[in-house]
Amino acid sequence: MRSIAHSFKDNAKAALADPQLRRALDNIKTGFITKRAAAAARLPEFEALRDAARDIKNHTLDHLDLYLERYAENVQAGGGHVHWCATAEDARAAVLEICRRAGAKTVTKGKSMISEEIALNDYLEANGITPVETDLGEYIIQLRHEPPSHIIAPAVHLTKDAIEADFRKAHPQFPKDRPLSEPRHLVDEARQVLRSRFLAADVGITGANFLIAETGSSVIVTNEGNGDLTQVIPKVHIVVASLEKVIPNLYDLSTILRVLARSATGQEFTTYTTVSSGPKRPEDPDGPEEYHVILLDNGRSRMLGGEFREVLRCIRCGACMNHCPVYHAIGGHAYGWVYPGPIGAVLTPGLLGVEEAGALPNASTFCGRCESVCPMRIPLPKLMRHWREREFERHLTPAPVRYGLAAWAFLARRPALYHWLLGLEMRVLGALGRRKGRFAWLPFAGGWTRHRDFPAPQGRTFQSLWAERKTGGAP
Amino acid sequence: MSGRDAILGAVRRSLKRAAGDAAALAAVEARLDTRERGPVPARAQIDAKARVDLFQAMAEEHSATLTRVAVAQDVPGAVATYLKKHNLPQRLRAAPDPEIDALPWDTQSLLTVERGRAEASDETSLTGAFAGIAETGTLMLLSGEAAPTTLNFLPDTHIVMIKASQVVGPYEDAWDLVRAKHGPGELPRTVNFITGPSRTADIEQTIQLGAHGPRRLHIVLVEDGPGEESEDGTGDGA
Ligand code: SF4
Repeated sequence: MRSIAHSFKDNAKAALADPQLRRALDNIKTGFITKRAAAAARLPEFEALRDAARDIKNHTLDHLDLYLERYAENVQAGGGHVHWCATAEDARAAVLEICRRAGAKTVTKGKSMISEEIALNDYLEANGITPVETDLGEYIIQLRHEPPSHIIAPAVHLTKDAIEADFRKAHPQFPKDRPLSEPRHLVDEARQVLRSRFLAADVGITGANFLIAETGSSVIVTNEGNGDLTQVIPKVHIVVASLEKVIPNLYDLSTILRVLARSATGQEFTTYTTVSSGPKRPEDPDGPEEYHVILLDNGRSRMLGGEFREVLRCIRCGACMNHCPVYHAIGGHAYGWVYPGPIGAVLTPGLLGVEEAGALPNASTFCGRCESVCPMRIPLPKLMRHWREREFERHLTPAPVRYGLAAWAFLARRPALYHWLLGLEMRVLGALGRRKGRFAWLPFAGGWTRHRDFPAPQGRTFQSLWAERKTGGAP
Repeated sequence: MSGRDAILGAVRRSLKRAAGDAAALAAVEARLDTRERGPVPARAQIDAKARVDLFQAMAEEHSATLTRVAVAQDVPGAVATYLKKHNLPQRLRAAPDPEIDALPWDTQSLLTVERGRAEASDETSLTGAFAGIAETGTLMLLSGEAAPTTLNFLPDTHIVMIKASQVVGPYEDAWDLVRAKHGPGELPRTVNFITGPSRTADIEQTIQLGAHGPRRLHIVLVEDGPGEESEDGTGDGA
């Protein structure tokens, strides 16, 4: 998809003013957070598993070239094809060529963030091939021509009323007076519509949560079973995956799976985990005749070499956004590209450049909740700080911020002046705000006072109180 | 091949390493050969009877249902009873599995059993399983001549028969059984881990069963004695 990350501030403002979005986002706070906490508490080994999962990915990234080679050899040995694609453009072209050779008209799709990253649907459509998203959330947003707003719950920004309206419009084949107000009705209707799509598809495209070097396998994890119907029915199965999905072996898979579902949805285990190794074997009664893997770089080999390597450990569980106060307030679309929340704030500038996405790492309160729940122990706040430094170095920070910082730095190096000015400011504001105890408007602080009052200072500065305490004033 | 070389070259530049680095290669080989287990939850390291109980409890927690029968001969009766209880047609699409063929289906005169891969019109399937994993109540099914994958996903109701001796503790034990059967580094085309029926929470985070896959998952567990007796946990489903 085309990025609108550069207009983050405007996107966020619009999101804050959307009451429908507020209501939908409230579901995250109660659902994901409590469920994850309960699942983690139930497994005494959870923290040890997080350490082990982090170590597996660190080891793999340190030897990424060798694991990729081994992985690709094993895919080929099993009768599959690996297409190495340096850019999104290469990947799109490779997918199209496979579809063309198969004479494909419709393509079913399992949920894949890489497919979003390379904007595959628009490209297929422009080339006369109809892509059909089959994950319920993805199906809903495809009907609305929207990008996903969450990496594991793409339609989390919508209420059921909005979805009902979409279904009534998109499915004219059903009676107008049918009941459709409950989630059950909506799920059943989507199941019925998509069933015929699964059966008619010429090619099935899925993502991959993991690639296994030892066996040349791709792994998908779904609750709906849509990914499996996508890959088992059509003649051709295409897997789109990025380089960093590879891990060494099947034990490593089991270790990481133990933290994935618990971190993502709070489930003990996802309903379907499927390990696929190539096309149909001669004795198999079903399965695809062709098996292709689109192995995408798109900036990852570069990220591997710098201070952002750790972000490549990400397993896309979504826990960081589920626990992010900024995400809770603005939702996923405001981030302007494929990956929202803290992971998006770190990954998007890496993939699109800090010029395009420099605003994202600034959208953080540095509360640290993302890092505290990340199953792969990615230090997200630290990495956001690195991006802020990069942005500052490259003079991309807006002028008022730069001047403000320069003024503050000047004062911070002159403590006496700093104290005197601060004391003066507090006395003045304290006197002005005495009656109400707060300000509804202040010069230079419009960004703050537009959404909330600024409290008037009461009493003295922390530093003067501290100085008094040290010299033996109050206990 | 040029795409491959360019990407591998870029990766090596970032890792500051040349191709064919012997130490790095040795580290990778060692890792793949030793296959060290990560932390295995204590809950999964229990004796055979406790494993079967945990398997049942966890499967039921994930909205599967489970009936125990004493011997394999009782499976057709248990299947017919289940279909009746849920008002489902007495008709099955069964995996073309010799072990399922060998069951006394003629004891259920009302039940029609067809073999083969799933067709869109099939309402209920019956398959074997390769293993049960107690840790999370998960079934492991391997694709193969006797086990079409479509049976696991297309029908509304999926019935799985499994023997108590096939139930292991953690996932790692199940992988060891696969390795023993297929050889190191080899897998059947598809390995399906199934934990309960299909579900979605995509609409306002409310859980609904039966999104695209089966709405019901029913397990018929044959109590064939303690698991230690099983040498390789195989016998059906693969
Ligand atoms: S950064 Fe961590 S918490 Fe966020 S999606 Fe990735 S693995 Fe999950």
